[in-house]
Amino acid sequence: MSILVGSNTKVVVQGITGSAGSFHAKQCMEYGTQVVAGVTPGKGGQLFEGKVPIFDTVEQAVKATGCNTSVIFVPPPYAADSIMEAADAKLDLAICITEGIPVNDMVKAKRFIGGTKTRLIGPNCPGVITPGAKCKIGIMPGHIHKPGRIGVVSRSGTLTYEAVFQVTSLGMGQSTAVGIGGDPVNGTNFIDVLKLFNDDAETDAVIMIGEIGGSAEEEAAAWVQANFKKPIAGFIAGASAPPGKRMGHAGAIISGGKGTAADKVKAMTAAGYVMAASPSELGTTLVEAMKRKGLNA
Amino acid sequence: MNIHEYQGKQIFKKYGVPVPRGIMVKTAEDAEKAAKELGTKVVVVKAQIHAGGRGKGGGVKIAKSPAEAKDLASKMLGMILKTAQTGPEGRKVGTLYIEEGLDIAKEYYLGVTLDRATSRVTFMASTEGGVEIEEVAHTHPEKILRASVDPAVGFQPFQGRTLAFGLGLTGDQVGKFVKFCQALYTAYVETDASLVEINPLITTKSGDVLALDSKMNFDDNALYRHGDIAEMRDVAEEDPREAKAKEFDLAYIALEGTIGCMVNGAGLAMATMDTIKLVGGQPANFLDVGGGATKEKVTAAFKLILADPSVKAVLVNIFGGIMKCDVIAEGVIAAAKEVQLKVPLVVRLEGTNVELGKKILRESGLPITPADNLRQAAEKAVAAVK
Repeated sequence: MSILVGSNTKVVVQGITGSAGSFHAKQCMEYGTQVVAGVTPGKGGQLFEGKVPIFDTVEQAVKATGCNTSVIFVPPPYAADSIMEAADAKLDLAICITEGIPVNDMVKAKRFIGGTKTRLIGPNCPGVITPGAKCKIGIMPGHIHKPGRIGVVSRSGTLTYEAVFQVTSLGMGQSTAVGIGGDPVNGTNFIDVLKLFNDDAETDAVIMIGEIGGSAEEEAAAWVQANFKKPIAGFIAGASAPPGKRMGHAGAIISGGKGTAADKVKAMTAAGYVMAASPSELGTTLVEAMKRKGLNA
Repeated sequence: MNIHEYQGKQIFKKYGVPVPRGIMVKTAEDAEKAAKELGTKVVVVKAQIHAGGRGKGGGVKIAKSPAEAKDLASKMLGMILKTAQTGPEGRKVGTLYIEEGLDIAKEYYLGVTLDRATSRVTFMASTEGGVEIEEVAHTHPEKILRASVDPAVGFQPFQGRTLAFGLGLTGDQVGKFVKFCQALYTAYVETDASLVEINPLITTKSGDVLALDSKMNFDDNALYRHGDIAEMRDVAEEDPREAKAKEFDLAYIALEGTIGCMVNGAGLAMATMDTIKLVGGQPANFLDVGGGATKEKVTAAFKLILADPSVKAVLVNIFGGIMKCDVIAEGVIAAAKEVQLKVPLVVRLEGTNVELGKKILRESGLPITPADNLRQAAEKAVAAVK
């Protein structure tokens, strides 16, 4: 079953002819992902790699191929527009990899997709992968993944890889690994993904990786305490980060003083997470979390 | 990116946010001239640095005559100003802003920034100004009035009225405050600001509403469409190494420790620093080489780390996703040779093309200590500096 992406996922790559888009579209196809269409305005009618049809608009791609998920590699100045285009074409899922989108563009894009059926993952994320369905949508190295029953959700790309790699090294695998992205405005938060993992019969336990800033981890912890049934291991990056030279007070006011690594670790521990002190211990911490709930790794 | 108060006020003025009259100067003579030109009974001499808390640090003084303005300016120019927000090293004052004195009736706090929880721009207003505002937010969050702006329609008059009456404003001040906020919202959105803070916003005895201070931060990712704002950058306010890093599109923050770090991904870079501390060491820097680094970028990153004389060992921790391990390995070797590396180098590589990367490092002939995981890498680096 897995979450978000699986064997029924048919992908359109927005920005398929750009350097990042073409490189990663090829990588995804080699992994086994059903890439059925590409979009680059002005290049409609061409073929990518001699087989994937390119369209001028997402709407055309949907009509011709029945694609239901988009992955966006469009450069930052145009990426928010591409997200809105994907939502307007009524895709189930849009995964935006692009890093460096202006925040105000994302504020508008998020408002726009609010009334649509489309779920956005990212931006500034590694993407989503379900190894059991050979479905990799994003920039993660496919070979470190293995089909299995551990869910991974993370704000940080490379830390997701750390978690996945350790899970695989311990002989377990992943049901789905989701990078939700580190930007201040993103489409899907921890709670959204944890809900899906909670309801997924093929996910036994979860690793959640957060970082300092914002209050998404604290909110997730509160939700987990009240609702989450499965073993969960956690890590927060940034315990050693210096307080930083600040201009004003607004950042601290808006978070109500939350957002430090210590606050987050405390909230997550209280909610029943088993916390790793270093990312090197993510795998073993997960095993400990599973043991505590009577599960064998 | 940050700008100075006087630059923020130029932007305010352009968008119709009322500010006192003022003149930017760089010499004591010009400060005297500016005070004469303003012609008010008193003027305020304000040090221009990228940090708040200037008043308490001695960076804001009142002059009762142009001569006194000159005298104050000559003392303030060149001084190292230390405030709660500068850190212990302080900032050297090179620019002053001479501003007309006003009859202040009351002071308020007004801040505008993104609320991550709602993904909307949010106004925050309070009758409590000053540094204590953060304490108030923590202990009495209800004393901070908020208005969350729907990006589809912008800041609405009713939101301005709600804030104004909440702050206890009356009569003409209410309408003036509403216009003030609407202009400020336009300025925030059109300049791609990430923070606007006015501490204090004032009402005068004649009933006007003005921004007595201005702090503006901008979204670096949007600067490409604001050439005029990008030009306001004051390199003197930035750490020279951080400025150098920006040239190569590297995220670098200088710290106090002895172990230089080069990592890909902000999360992993933070986690690497955390792990160094966990095993008893101190990181010398935060450095994220980013997702799509080239050999040149890795070389630049390496030079940047080694330019710090307190670095006694370097830890490279790369989990290759977009980035291929062989590219990293080549960059590390090229840089190590170019700078004639003299400190121990611990490298942990994982991910795409990892075997090829490890082979390149092994065959380089350089004294590189390999590590299989992050904790082991941190332990080896810490052992190397002890």
